[in-house]
Amino acid sequence: MLRCPAIRPLGQLALIAFSLLSNTAVAGVLPEDRADVLYHSYDGGGVTIDGPSILVRKQFAGKFSASANYYIDNVSSASIDVVTTASPYEEERTQYSLGLDYLRDRWMLNLGFASSTENDFDAETFSIGVSQDLFGDLTTVSLGYSLGDDIVTRRGDASFSDTIKRQHYRVGLSQILTQNLVLGFSFETITDEGFLNNPYRSVRYLDDSSPAGYSYEPEIYPRTRTSDAAAIRLRYYLPYRAALHWEYRTYTDTWDIVSDTFEMGYTHPLGDGFTIEARVRGYAQGSAEFYRDLFPYERYANFIARDKELSNFSSTTLRLGVSYEILGDGWRFIERGSVNFVWDHIFFDYKDFRDLRPSGLAPGTEPLYGFDADVVQIFVSFWL
Amino acid sequence: MKVLKFAGFGLLLAVAAAGCAVEPWVKPYERDHIADPIMSFDRDPVSSAYIHHVYEAREGARGATGSAGGGCGCN
Repeated sequence: MLRCPAIRPLGQLALIAFSLLSNTAVAGVLPEDRADVLYHSYDGGGVTIDGPSILVRKQFAGKFSASANYYIDNVSSASIDVVTTASPYEEERTQYSLGLDYLRDRWMLNLGFASSTENDFDAETFSIGVSQDLFGDLTTVSLGYSLGDDIVTRRGDASFSDTIKRQHYRVGLSQILTQNLVLGFSFETITDEGFLNNPYRSVRYLDDSSPAGYSYEPEIYPRTRTSDAAAIRLRYYLPYRAALHWEYRTYTDTWDIVSDTFEMGYTHPLGDGFTIEARVRGYAQGSAEFYRDLFPYERYANFIARDKELSNFSSTTLRLGVSYEILGDGWRFIERGSVNFVWDHIFFDYKDFRDLRPSGLAPGTEPLYGFDADVVQIFVSFWL
Repeated sequence: MKVLKFAGFGLLLAVAAAGCAVEPWVKPYERDHIADPIMSFDRDPVSSAYIHHVYEAREGARGATGSAGGGCGCN
């Protein structure tokens, strides 16, 4: 039975985990002791994914802060890819992460390790970062590096096994501009080398001998990819205690994918312990150079892809979030806490990926694909 | 993209080169608004890491999604 994962493997997640375990305050202060228990749920395009994420962070010896995270994705997929070329499936992905911060005067060292496992993909990531406060702590500069080693296998094919080596290089800057305005800048280069395509996915090509008018063959991706992303963020404190957030990111890579991301947000404490948040995010990308929805014939080029994540598409996200403070007077070893609910609704609109479910249409005239997704997070946080 | 690389490292070098000669124009006692939790780029790391994963799994773009500075080193 052919499977077709609806989302990419966890390799990237292992790298993202480092951000979760790293200090995001200022270099001269260790992050707060804190515990978070989160339930996440994604539902869209025939895919449901849910599970827990538990994060604990604790200072010790005055100079160190250790953190640990446990994360699970329970996946049930009947996505457009699965419906048209494979069979629905269920699987579980599990990740463990550990982090350590060391503070010395105005600089901080971060070390991280993450390991994720699923039935056809294993990933391990080591990370190191350093940050320094400058100019009376108005400026924080950070540098980071991550190295990931992944092993890719294919269910039902014991003879297949390949590897991916991932490297991330990061530069960050946080700058207090005025009493009410703070700026963030980040730049990141990522290089991948190895088996980068999904081992289950196929492209389609015109085939007169097929009743549908087209047939399938496996995707073939380049074995290297290098990307650059730069982002700038601003956060502004309004006179009545609320915050405005603005963000822009530009991206390009050696597969010729170019994208822009824009985000605006508003955070407003209401009093009585409630804080609400609203956010809108827009994303648009061009397709990879070797992507096509329909190839003119078999083995059209050295590299061929029909992965909709590599196609020309845009998405819009609307977010509403509410947070309620609890245990304001503390309880035993807990100083305070919060209960949080965050709902994101995402609209995906594909410009060059067709929905093959309707039958009887000439190849290349099928309707374009699009779907909505709901992403829900419910979590409690305790400051220790 | 080389331009962006140079811009990034140029900015870093400019900051470093300016050194300690710069007098902080926002004094420590003037930073109560900046220190308010609602001004944090990453108020709930467990939540932001998750939503970054949601996007990264479904988009071609990746990287530079974390809050800058502060030893974040995040992607």
